[in-house]
Amino acid sequence: MVAGAQTHRLANGGVIDRSTSLSFRFDGKTLLGFQGDTLASALVANGVKLVGRSFKYHRPRGILTAGSEEPNALVELRTGARREANTKATTAELYEGLEAASQNRWPSLNFDVMSVNQLFAPIFVAGFYYKTFMWPAKFWETIYEPAIRRAAGLGRAAGVSDPDHYDKAWAHCDVVIAGSGPTGLAAALAAGRSGARVILCEEDFVLGGRLLADGGTIDGLPAAEWVARTVAELEAMPDVRIMTRTTLFGVYDGGTYGAIERVNDHLPVPPEHQVRQRLWRIVAKRCVVAAGSIERPIVFAGNDTPGVMMASAMRSYINRYAAAPARRIALFTNNEDGWRTAETAIAAGLQVAAVIDARPDVSPAHRSLASKAGFPVLHGSVSGVDGGKNGVRKISVALTGGARAEAEADGLAVSGGWNPAVGLTSYHRGRPKWRDDIAAFVPDGAPPGMIAAGAANGAFGLGACLREGFEAGAVAARDAGRSGNIGSMPVADDEAFSLTPLWHVAGKGKAFVDQQHDVTASDVELAQREGFESVEHLKRYTTLGMATDQGKTSNVAGLAIMAAVTGKSIPETGTTIYRPPYVPVAIGAFAGHHRDENFHATRLTPSHQWAAEQGAVFVDTGLWKRAQWYPRAGEKDWLESVTREVKAVRSGVGFCDVSTLGKIDVHGPDAGAFLDRVYINAFSSLAVGKARYGLMLREDGIVYDDGTTSRLAEDHYFLTTTTAKAGLVMQHLEFCRQVLFPELDVQLTSVSDQWAQFSIAGPKTRDLLKEIVDPAEDLSNEGFPFMGAREVKLRGGLKARLFRISFSGEMAFEISVPARYGEAMARNLMIAGKPFGVTPYGTEALGVMRIEKGHVAGPELNGTTTAGDLGLGKMMSTKKDFIGRVMAGREALVAPDRQVVVGIKPTDKARRLRSGAHIIPKGETPGPGNDQGYVTSVCFSPVLDQWIGLGLVERGRERIGEIVRAHDPLRGEDYDVELCNSVFYDPDGGRQRG
Amino acid sequence: MRIICPYCGERELGEFTYLGDAKPQRPAADAGEDAVYDYVYLRDNIAGVMSEHWYHGGGCRAWLKVTRNTLTHEISAVEPAAGVGAAKVGA
Repeated sequence: MVAGAQTHRLANGGVIDRSTSLSFRFDGKTLLGFQGDTLASALVANGVKLVGRSFKYHRPRGILTAGSEEPNALVELRTGARREANTKATTAELYEGLEAASQNRWPSLNFDVMSVNQLFAPIFVAGFYYKTFMWPAKFWETIYEPAIRRAAGLGRAAGVSDPDHYDKAWAHCDVVIAGSGPTGLAAALAAGRSGARVILCEEDFVLGGRLLADGGTIDGLPAAEWVARTVAELEAMPDVRIMTRTTLFGVYDGGTYGAIERVNDHLPVPPEHQVRQRLWRIVAKRCVVAAGSIERPIVFAGNDTPGVMMASAMRSYINRYAAAPARRIALFTNNEDGWRTAETAIAAGLQVAAVIDARPDVSPAHRSLASKAGFPVLHGSVSGVDGGKNGVRKISVALTGGARAEAEADGLAVSGGWNPAVGLTSYHRGRPKWRDDIAAFVPDGAPPGMIAAGAANGAFGLGACLREGFEAGAVAARDAGRSGNIGSMPVADDEAFSLTPLWHVAGKGKAFVDQQHDVTASDVELAQREGFESVEHLKRYTTLGMATDQGKTSNVAGLAIMAAVTGKSIPETGTTIYRPPYVPVAIGAFAGHHRDENFHATRLTPSHQWAAEQGAVFVDTGLWKRAQWYPRAGEKDWLESVTREVKAVRSGVGFCDVSTLGKIDVHGPDAGAFLDRVYINAFSSLAVGKARYGLMLREDGIVYDDGTTSRLAEDHYFLTTTTAKAGLVMQHLEFCRQVLFPELDVQLTSVSDQWAQFSIAGPKTRDLLKEIVDPAEDLSNEGFPFMGAREVKLRGGLKARLFRISFSGEMAFEISVPARYGEAMARNLMIAGKPFGVTPYGTEALGVMRIEKGHVAGPELNGTTTAGDLGLGKMMSTKKDFIGRVMAGREALVAPDRQVVVGIKPTDKARRLRSGAHIIPKGETPGPGNDQGYVTSVCFSPVLDQWIGLGLVERGRERIGEIVRAHDPLRGEDYDVELCNSVFYDPDGGRQRG
Repeated sequence: MRIICPYCGERELGEFTYLGDAKPQRPAADAGEDAVYDYVYLRDNIAGVMSEHWYHGGGCRAWLKVTRNTLTHEISAVEPAAGVGAAKVGA
């Protein structure tokens, strides 16, 4: 084929820009098309008939439709990271440099090795996989599935990350309209004129719907002129928004609609800073479904031959794109509308080979058309197609009465009538109802606020579409509270309607119902014979309607065939449940910007910038990035860095940013009483200027969270939570305050982001603090004792909160300054601490020191442990009620054989202890029956010079000194450990009080 | 789904957190274990109209009592929990 030949482009007409020629490649061949083409129309214009190979049998396939219902013409669009599989050539807009490749063929589309599958077709019937690959089970993963995956399937995914951006957006309006055909435009006119805020969504890139292909006369104007005038009027309305390339794909509760806008799919690459697609959530008071209808095929042998095309699609290619799908066209129809394709073909100078009409009568007008144009009208049905990958050659016709006839043609147009697009109206589990007069399902009710109009409602005539659309638009606007003058209704004549239902023509050879999934009429009959009569079973057994087109051209034919073989009526047979989305929507569009580093928000501590300058290694802790350790030159691994940090703190002074802790100000005369009810221990008795460790339970008696709470004034407490639970504890406390204890006069304020907080720890802490805090502040043991808490003035006048609390077990303070001073505080601590060898430490060193001290943390507060399990049972007050008190007393929660926190160390000092290892008594065979717990937290203890840990072990505290096995099947380890006191370091706490 | 928060107006579902049945009342301190057990574990989960607790964590942090049809998501009433501070705000 010569580039630029466009052998099948018509000389005149079409909604294309012939002055803008576009070069594109299909399977490596360079071809030309025009601006305004789809990939499919450009292929048609170039005489390309063979576009892909089918899913199961690798049969040659062409283009069946001209819209989003296309089952066959699926291509891989673009290359490299932007390659997108299963893109419909019928909706892909042509652009300069477009590259597309056919799918499911090897080595080439013309010569496909796997088409031998056709020879085995008798065994590839419905349920083939279920029946054949049942055993041996292990063969499934290793042999069958990989082989089937190579043979079946469609396009290939890009296999690399999508380089484009996707967006998500909200829109609110009075009336959203799906579709811009005559119905949708009329609805928009009425709603817009009434003053309603209107959003008109059109999935195509040009407005007009079927008017683009079928024309007509509206208000005395040619359809194209009427569309132009109407669009101009709508565009002049400030509250009407027209969104092309936008498919309304779903309806959700509360009048929320999903729409996908293909913002830049029509360009090779989105312009800089622009998204590829945008997912809209449209909140509308009313919705008018003007989504039109989909022409349905008739199932007959050879109906998948390239060159067999829907009659309306042929009109689209000829009239809208000025591209001739064939030069000598045969038409197979069972209805009046199909004849328009014959009229269109003749008007375009193409030949009509024959019209095969399944109806008993043909109108006199059509008879005279046939005799004038010189083609026969054959009463009967198409029983076979002679042709192959290069297209149709000859049509076999079974004439009414039994005789046979043939017609030579290079294209066959098929019209089996029209199915209203009942998707949107049925997405709330609505079932459409059958209308005998049009032999089609129409909406039977709709989700709240939704009205179907025009062809989507079974009104196929142009006049009826305008009427229903205009009325629906007016009603929708009025219901939304708009009452402006809607002016006059656009008018047009209605076409004659006549249809004799015909679904399936019996004949020799494969007759396809679902072309995308290669489901044949005999598969449907087989399903019935094997008992899969229900349409839901039929769907799942044969996969009918389960492909990317969701059976838009196949579902009704499939259930009509099922109805015929079961002897039931079509409405008795029923439809499957309709579910959104109406068209495939990329997962990327649902994700929007929430991917990669933006998958979730990132929270940085006030000293983050400073820590980054220090070369800190950061760890994700929820949304936070926390400094994990600060490596120094020459350190060979993290352990060396962490060990240095721990030793520096224990021997000198270090500091750590602990701003990620949840911080809540509790104010009010009942603040103490409130805290008494949420913590197991008492806080109303806490003296002003003192801090206390608190533990809170869930109402079921399990530990929820812990932290230190300080009393800064009679009616003001400052509460801290763990980093992980900060938000949840706030929510819990608000629940307690608002719902459980409304009588208490107390207010909560989250101040987590307001305060930068640092832990300063080590024997030289006071020396360092004296350089920071105003000299007038007394930091001595008497002036600021252990668990003291109060506001202090810093050098320079800044007010800070100082807490003498210790997580490390060393002499320590925590200091809070307003968050904006956090970074300066870190820098000042470094400067002021230089003489004392101050060392910043990260979360790892923090963890090492807490394990050495036996403090519990996340691995122990794991949602299964009680206060008693943690060794904190004595904190539970018996003098007051608190959340979780009653349930904590349940038999199982106070059972003596519970797994409780205990220290663990390997008997071999050189061995590394691993968390997750299970504790098994010595001499027992590991198993669920004698599993006595597991190691929860481990660290290398610089103080003890060995690995140590905490664990939850049955009766652990009664077994100090016992040697047990640490069994770790995951890592293939098994070694002896000693159960010991959980406080490894400074058990009497002298250092932190000193 | 959207909830009309009495303080913030109509807001999207993502701003709210669901808790569940709003009917059970926390028993008095001396009510005994059975009463607390019922309160903690025996919750209704109605296919139909239900009174539920929702938390407007993405907004004003009010706990709301929402009357919702769990089949259709239709919300017929939204009121703040007793202790939100409505009286203080309204005063």
